[in-house]
Amino acid sequence: MRYSALSLLTQALRGHKGWTPVWRDPAPKAEYDVVIIGGGGHGLATAHYLASRHGITKIAVLEKGYLGSGNVGRNTTIIRSNYLLPGNTPFYELSMKLWEGLEQDLNYNAMVSQRGVLNLYHSDAQRDAFARRGNAMRLAGVDAELLDREQVRAMAPFFDYDNARFPIQGGLLQKRGGTARHDAVAWGYARAADSRGVDLIQNCEVTGFTMVDGRAVGVETSRGPIRAKKIAMAVAGNSSRVAAMAGMRLPIESHVLQAFVSEGLKPMIDGVVTFGAGHFYVSQSDKGGLVFGGDIDGYNSYAQRGNLPVIEDVMESAMALWPGLGRVRMLRHWGGIMDMSMDGSPIIDRAPVEGLYLNAGWCYGGFKATPASGFCFAHLIATGEPHPVAAAYRLDRFASGRLIDEKGVGAQPNLH
Amino acid sequence: MRITCPYCGARDAQEFSYLGAADPVRPDGMAAAEAAMADYVYLRDNPAGPHRELWYHGSGCRSWLIVTRDTRTHAISAVEPAKVRKAGEAA
Repeated sequence: MRYSALSLLTQALRGHKGWTPVWRDPAPKAEYDVVIIGGGGHGLATAHYLASRHGITKIAVLEKGYLGSGNVGRNTTIIRSNYLLPGNTPFYELSMKLWEGLEQDLNYNAMVSQRGVLNLYHSDAQRDAFARRGNAMRLAGVDAELLDREQVRAMAPFFDYDNARFPIQGGLLQKRGGTARHDAVAWGYARAADSRGVDLIQNCEVTGFTMVDGRAVGVETSRGPIRAKKIAMAVAGNSSRVAAMAGMRLPIESHVLQAFVSEGLKPMIDGVVTFGAGHFYVSQSDKGGLVFGGDIDGYNSYAQRGNLPVIEDVMESAMALWPGLGRVRMLRHWGGIMDMSMDGSPIIDRAPVEGLYLNAGWCYGGFKATPASGFCFAHLIATGEPHPVAAAYRLDRFASGRLIDEKGVGAQPNLH
Repeated sequence: MRITCPYCGARDAQEFSYLGAADPVRPDGMAAAEAAMADYVYLRDNPAGPHRELWYHGSGCRSWLIVTRDTRTHAISAVEPAKVRKAGEAA
């Protein structure tokens, strides 16, 4: 069923009794052209772009839980393309362009809202760094605007501009950045892929790979073996575990990142704002809750829950930036497992095992990358060649020294 | 999370800093092949389960410790001083 104002009106007149399930619930077939492991944002986007752009429709997406039960439903919904390094900027800008046309492409309301992303700076050195980043973005065709203190104050008068330690001097604004409804992104891609014949198979955990002469020719799953001409992994958070089944070790550590939502409030803040003197970012959902987060906990974890010290740290940053939040109550918090790569950048590449393709290492920036990740991964799987904007995301860049380290902290994943 | 330091007793994990997996052993400098050095610097087992890892008790005795912790539950099963392990020796 195609969604439109007319279909909504027709359904309203019929008491909304005619809506049908948004996707099928098929049993796995014995063989597919492409099996995608992981029914999250990236896996579903990959399936959609394989089917819609490359005409490959004999695809299964295998999800061990339910669709979108991992990080696509656990992030803080921010989309942006304010990256500095040449290997990153064109990729994230492609992602931003895909976000801008996503709802028309999917015929699904993903609530993409370009409400602006503002990164605050608090020192001369930080202003210089942001000016450099803004210039790099503009050279790559991305929008960026360096604001001074008064311009920021006009946007958000309620911050603590004269904080004794971290006075706000200004900010770098990307107006095209913003937020998107994270679950709806997964659902939209799932529905679009399903409508082209992709089998979305839930409660189907991959337990091993079927290898013939060193080549991966299928997967063992909790719902039986499935043969595949090509197997694609999009299981960020658990990439090391799945790769280990194929005998690979990856340049990745899994870490837990927490996120938080406050009680519902009247409109307080328009866009996304990041505090530059600590790690804190905040936006407000359409429901009214402030959505915010900060650092990863900093130790290897698969627990999907974090500890109190990081919560305290995030709240302290919030209070330093925005003292008016002191009486706001936190409603809930949760954790997701991040593929923290050794240089802070992702991997979209053929795996060393023939027949296997790898999409991993998204650190805590995977959500904004969802469309381009799926687009470029689909390109790689269909054509065998990396998409030009993702050509730097090679697995062998670690050994060859071609790292893409935005933060410049080296092979220390808990610092990215 | 609390870590029972062999010298200081059970202390809040905030007193410690985390480095990462304890088992990778640095290959012998000039003699090592490039690939072996790349493996050491970049590749990790990253298990879901018991993980031997290095923590530094910076706000306490300033010792390096090897902590065995389950990454699925954060439960710590063993803490031992890292200096027991000789440099270059596989754990």
